[in-house]
Amino acid sequence: MNAELTTNKTAAESALVNTFAKARDHLPGDGNVAAQRTAAFELFAKQGLPHRRIEEWKYTDLRALMREAKPLASPPDAAAKASAKTAGSMLGDVEARRLIFVDGIFVPELSDLKGLESGLSIGSLADALAGGDPAVLAYLGKIAPAGDVAVALNTALMGDGAVIRIGGGATIERPLHLCFVTSQKPAATFARSLVTVEPGARVMLIESHEGPAGSDYQINSALELFVGERAHIDHVKIIADGTEALHVSTLAAAVAARARFNTFSFVMGGAVVRNQMFLNFDGEDTVAGIRGATLLGGRQHADTTLLANHIARGCQSREVFKSVLGGEAHGVFQGRIVVRRGAQKTDAKMMTQALLLSERAEADNKPELEIYADDVQCGHGATAGALDDELKFYLMARGIPAAEAEALLIQAFLGEAIEGIEHAGLREALMDSVAAWLKVRQ
Amino acid sequence: MALLAIRNLHAGIEGKEILRGLDLTVNAGEVHAIMGPNGSGKSTLAYVLAGKAGYERTAGEVLFNGKNLFDMEPDERAAAGLFLAFQYPLEIPGVATMTFLRTALNAQRKKRGNPELSTPEFIKKVREVAGNLGIDQDMLRRAVNVGFSGGEKKRNEVLQMALLEPRLAVLDETDSGLDIDALKIVSDGVNRLRSPERAFIVITHYQRLLNYIVPDVVHVLSKGRIVKTGGKELALTLEAHGYGEYQEEAVA
Repeated sequence: MNAELTTNKTAAESALVNTFAKARDHLPGDGNVAAQRTAAFELFAKQGLPHRRIEEWKYTDLRALMREAKPLASPPDAAAKASAKTAGSMLGDVEARRLIFVDGIFVPELSDLKGLESGLSIGSLADALAGGDPAVLAYLGKIAPAGDVAVALNTALMGDGAVIRIGGGATIERPLHLCFVTSQKPAATFARSLVTVEPGARVMLIESHEGPAGSDYQINSALELFVGERAHIDHVKIIADGTEALHVSTLAAAVAARARFNTFSFVMGGAVVRNQMFLNFDGEDTVAGIRGATLLGGRQHADTTLLANHIARGCQSREVFKSVLGGEAHGVFQGRIVVRRGAQKTDAKMMTQALLLSERAEADNKPELEIYADDVQCGHGATAGALDDELKFYLMARGIPAAEAEALLIQAFLGEAIEGIEHAGLREALMDSVAAWLKVRQ
Repeated sequence: MALLAIRNLHAGIEGKEILRGLDLTVNAGEVHAIMGPNGSGKSTLAYVLAGKAGYERTAGEVLFNGKNLFDMEPDERAAAGLFLAFQYPLEIPGVATMTFLRTALNAQRKKRGNPELSTPEFIKKVREVAGNLGIDQDMLRRAVNVGFSGGEKKRNEVLQMALLEPRLAVLDETDSGLDIDALKIVSDGVNRLRSPERAFIVITHYQRLLNYIVPDVVHVLSKGRIVKTGGKELALTLEAHGYGEYQEEAVA
């Protein structure tokens, strides 16, 4: 391919060019897949890493933030696999079917693949690409926005990931837990997963990301999710990466008619996080809950960018994002609700709230409504502020010490978003994570 | 020893002096009413006692149970047995009333060196107290004061007081915004708590509340000082003649 970059390449951009040149012949898939990779990389080669003059990346200048590009992670050895032993502990007692990915590679022997419920199939993306699985190729890259450079890099360099299919009408009682673990060696991973939930099926999908503190590894993960008519999916993403990690992840979903679609992002780890969602409501009368809670301290930076694209009529979406920012943390929320001309009777309401625990913390909030239909109900609201001293005094006047009073108020604040999760055990586990975070916060 | 001894207290907010040499002694078992016109410093006294940030003492002392009140944070004052029933109880979205009550009670018990109550013990206790005040279980499950009527909020204050069993309760205009039925319920709740070990300071603008919570002593507060002290009949005189003469007296 013609990979020359015209203008000044950063070290990271040059390294990515080299990485791709070296890896392209060894990455899984040929023919169409290889062409897809090449086309995606061309986009990166042309545009470079996203930077602040690109509106969607205004607050997260990846070109500046990404000093170098780590080499591609090598397949996990025994030591790397051992790092997955305690993975997913943030889920507490939640009973789930764990699927383990170490350094972006599916590890079947660590995963729970016994007694798959009828209608459930689980496989590896690398296998599907290598074997040219037509069912996978038919879906792959169909909804992830091709113009987004982070997605393009993922498409170009995707190594492995999950391929999950929930057959029509199947109800999968045990949540599926995609557990992404990064091992000790700081490297780059590009996991890509594909989940299809066929009509009338029901499933809960938990996706967690974690890795060692102090290691400046790099994650670029993407999940494409196809939700059939009348299907019901609860998706929860937990970003609990190590203190120095760079985490970029994408959820792209296409939701058919009369579905119930819930997604929740819980962000507490990583040095730099970009959590992006591209959600298309393609069929009518879907009910969607799109929520998130972010807890940042130190010099953490986390950006949640959402596009809720109402294409069909009569869909309802509720967007609730809350963030708690301490230290010199920087929280970003960009939420865009688009209502297409055919999406009459859309009912979409977005609320974002930031709680600043320190004077040096920063919250940036950019809500957008873009409406082309004339019979809709849409709104958004945003607040940012410090803890309410009056409330704190009220609690203290009842005998609750200052730190405990603050913790109670912060938990209440985040609780309003977390209570949107239908799974009671998971709600509890996340509230426990909040409590643990509050105990050690600076 | 007096339960509460206030000597020559000068205090205010944002550099503005509101209490100007206030003296007050409250013994265990007594109910004191503090009456006075708007702006006389009634609520300031309540907030200074409870330890609200922004209220600064510039002179004088307050001993609570023999200890210097100003050495204690608000939560320590509460654990030591001081309770303020707020004039405007706050709404706390996201915090269930039960959680709030249990956290408060156990925090106080912990500070006093008592074991924390288990959930069943706590629930039993709170149900009993709530029943006496006509508070239904549904209200306990809701977030603290969120969507409560004025009367419900005040009842919730009395519920907290009954549960926390303070040595001294300061009721800051608990009667404001209450209709006569709510006033009776709240007053009954307070009267039930009267005991030889416990004292009350009832702050009010109107005499009406004192028909239900009958005080031992009535003080008139004006321009930051207590300008007259008498028995319960003083409240009736005030009701008949207003605060006019005390306002002038304080100026003179």
